Amino acid sequence: MNDPPPRLRLATAWLAGCSGCHMSFLDLGERLVELFSEVDLVYGPLVDGKAYPEGVDVALVEGAVATEENRMLLEHIRARTRLLVSFGDCAVTGNVTALRNYYPTEELLAAVYPAAAGCTPAGPELPALLTRVLPLHQIVAVDAFIPGCPPEPDRIWAALSALRHGETVRLGEEQRTFG
Amino acid sequence: MTGTELAVLAEAEDRRRRGGEQRLLVCCGSPCMAAGAESVLSALRGRLAASGMATEPDLVGTGCRGPCSRGPLLTVQRRDETDAIFEHATPELAVAVVDALSRGADLPGEGRLPERFPFLTCQTRIVLANCGLIDPDEMGQYIGAGGYNALARVLHDMSPEEVCAAVSASGLRGRGGAGYPTGLKWQLVRKERRDRRFVIANGDEGDPGAYMDRALMEADPHRILEGMAIAGYAVGAEEGYLYVRGEYPLAARRLGKAIAAAERTGILGSRVLDSRFRFRIFLRMGAGAFVCGEETALLASVMGHRGEPHSRPPYPSRQGLWGCPTLINNVETFANIPAVISMGAEAFAAVGTAASSGTKVFALCGELVNTGLIEVPLGTPLRRIVYDIGGGLPDGREFKAAQTGGPSGGCIPAAQLDVPMDYEALQALGSIMGSGGLIVMGEGSCMVDIARYFMGFCMEESCGKCVPCRAGTFELFRMLDRMANGIARPGDMEDLERLCRMVRETSLCGLGMSAPNPVLSTLRWFRDEYETHLRERRCPAGRCAMNGEAVPCPS
Amino acid sequence: MSVVTLTMNGRLISARQGESLLQAAREHGIEIPTLCHLDGLEPLGGCRLCLVEVRGSPRPLPACLTQASEGLVVETDTAALVEYRRMIVELLLAERAHTCSVCVRNGRCELQAMAARLGVDHVRFEYRYRLLPLDASHERFTLDHNRCILCRRCVRVCDAVEGAHTWDVCFRGINGRVVSDLDRPWGESTSCTGCGKCVHLCPTGALSRTVDVGDEAARERASLLRILERRAGIREEGA
Repeated sequence: MNDPPPRLRLATAWLAGCSGCHMSFLDLGERLVELFSEVDLVYGPLVDGKAYPEGVDVALVEGAVATEENRMLLEHIRARTRLLVSFGDCAVTGNVTALRNYYPTEELLAAVYPAAAGCTPAGPELPALLTRVLPLHQIVAVDAFIPGCPPEPDRIWAALSALRHGETVRLGEEQRTFG
Repeated sequence: MTGTELAVLAEAEDRRRRGGEQRLLVCCGSPCMAAGAESVLSALRGRLAASGMATEPDLVGTGCRGPCSRGPLLTVQRRDETDAIFEHATPELAVAVVDALSRGADLPGEGRLPERFPFLTCQTRIVLANCGLIDPDEMGQYIGAGGYNALARVLHDMSPEEVCAAVSASGLRGRGGAGYPTGLKWQLVRKERRDRRFVIANGDEGDPGAYMDRALMEADPHRILEGMAIAGYAVGAEEGYLYVRGEYPLAARRLGKAIAAAERTGILGSRVLDSRFRFRIFLRMGAGAFVCGEETALLASVMGHRGEPHSRPPYPSRQGLWGCPTLINNVETFANIPAVISMGAEAFAAVGTAASSGTKVFALCGELVNTGLIEVPLGTPLRRIVYDIGGGLPDGREFKAAQTGGPSGGCIPAAQLDVPMDYEALQALGSIMGSGGLIVMGEGSCMVDIARYFMGFCMEESCGKCVPCRAGTFELFRMLDRMANGIARPGDMEDLERLCRMVRETSLCGLGMSAPNPVLSTLRWFRDEYETHLRERRCPAGRCAMNGEAVPCPS
Repeated sequence: MSVVTLTMNGRLISARQGESLLQAAREHGIEIPTLCHLDGLEPLGGCRLCLVEVRGSPRPLPACLTQASEGLVVETDTAALVEYRRMIVELLLAERAHTCSVCVRNGRCELQAMAARLGVDHVRFEYRYRLLPLDASHERFTLDHNRCILCRRCVRVCDAVEGAHTWDVCFRGINGRVVSDLDRPWGESTSCTGCGKCVHLCPTGALSRTVDVGDEAARERASLLRILERRAGIREEGA
């Protein structure tokens, strides 16, 4: 008897973003049932696992890279994943997260955490901010892009359908707009 | 003034000059002025007045003499003797020279250029024939040197068609950079069936290191006016515009004076040299935009619009100033015209090579023993210019590359030192003749740094009308800047070449189309230097700072 | 009116003498992308998206400024052109702050649509991140330089249709900006008639009605487009 084909190992990750892309993923609704009949979700904010496992087939990475922690996780994911997907505008363009690049980081910290209300958060437990917020593909190689803020469920579904069948992600014109 | 009067004037001037025993020439080109020529001139003037000599020498403030790095230059011309040229002249030297002359004693032996100075003797001066020898503000001196004779001849002996034919036969090509056949351009304008046509002289020189046109306009303005008037007659234009770069106030002042003098004497105006040809010339100053050297941007600027290019066709020869056919040539091209007429097309074509006839003025800059302004026949090997005329690199340094054509040109490596300096040969090496800037670089120069410098120049000078030039040169500069700072990304080399191709192919005007040339040509000959910057994060020449603050990038 | 025949993408098509390749293509259902051109405005040739390959020309030519003529052989969608167009849109997206998600014109922006149309799903260049000023001095309109692509539709429509010439371009290259009245705040402009034509034609969120938020941003372009259509007709007859 033949072994059943191996189930696709899917991971999601949440870097510097609002988690809206994950919400939109949940909005796949009943389609999630179909998805998980042949796909295992092995890592991400939607499941319990704490460590990113080896041998992941597809990772949907939401959010831009804003801190050292984001960067380390992204590189970790890249090393353990076959297909890395920039998931949503923050991952693809930097989007709202990258708006801080228009101002000096120190000025922003001083404005957000004014001296009167305490002090600028600091400490070894806090990840260091990068000088610039960057989209994923400026740090690691990215295999596919799902733009959108957030990408609607139909886009996510179109991309996932291609990925599940081992095809290149080719979103239609109306499904690849930014914003 | 009639042709006969012109001849009489020339003869009188000639007699006057022969009558004088001595002439004292002080170079008053911009480089010598900056080095203190004014004080030398006034010291001479003062001492001469006080000396009480019986026949006071002719004291002339001339335009550029050539060896600019040695200025201020003081030339003493004596009858039956070779010229004595003093370098780095001072007021003290001026006093000593006048004293020696008034006593009939020997001139000071110190501070003189060698008698057969190769920088001067290896040249063929056609365009610069009068430069450094006449007072640009004295029209009589230009006429005395045979000036306006060609115009007189053209008006009285030749039809406009014959003039166009002569210019075609001379093989003269545009000296602004592209080398378009001048005669062909004239005929195109002439052919247009319109009542009103214009002639424009482009004096908006702007390549870094290039100052041929400035020197020419400062030293011999009437030659340019004469060339323009001949062109006006040939193409059927009655109005000419002389567009002078805004940073050249001295050139503009001398040209303005020259125009006024020519109009006063009827050399320009409603009856040019008493003929039925009417021609006036108007001076226009640029406002500091390099792109206005591009002909369509220049047109916009002359008409009072924002100095921006437009798409060609229509070419200016069909629709130029106010929609009328317009001939645009570089000032050096116009300065060749009197020579084409007076030497004859055949004799002119015999100078230079078959495809590139005549001479070219170069501004020699960079790491050379002698820098300055030179004129050599087209096709002269680069080695002869660098080593014989320029005297080689100082301190025995090795030649690494020569940059020609400014931000639109490229670098010629040491292996190609024997390249003949003509339009096609330079193009085959990935550079261009350009307007005549020639920057020599030694082993201490970094080619990535050079490419970055020129890209920065294009970025600053882009008008911003089209996206590839506006945003593309900016992006190219950033890539080169990352390389020079040791923070390039692995894909930057491929991206650089890809974007270079795109900017070259899609830009609206020559500025953008040629902006990638310095990168492409240095990549062609010095690719290993780029690789070292990229992979080893090291500058082989030790010029680049390599101290960029790395934005996080792939480890 | 004489008619010429040319080949476009391997198809024989007819065009009126003097018509641009862009118009001729459109009339035969071939859409050549452009961001700066609008029929009825003086062609600019600035965005370079409408570049096409014409046999015999050493480099691509702008379709908006190239006249249809007998026997031309034109290709509008070669691999090289498609790649150039993508790079142009990427350069535009990297040049200023086109953060679509927080833009007043999100969903109705021509730059956004062009990126999607050309398959630009990410930008390969580094973003510039340079904050530019926003002019909200006008009582009804706002100018946000961060969204401007310098297509100059505003400059051209204000000059040629409204006749006010309030807008022009100041500075150069990467620092270029549209300015009103020799670089005065828009609200203090003495030449602006407040007609709003510039706002209607702006392809991005650079010019907007100050009250525009979300779905209320739909603009009333229809009547203006009718004017421009008439103008294009008159221009062509004159040509």
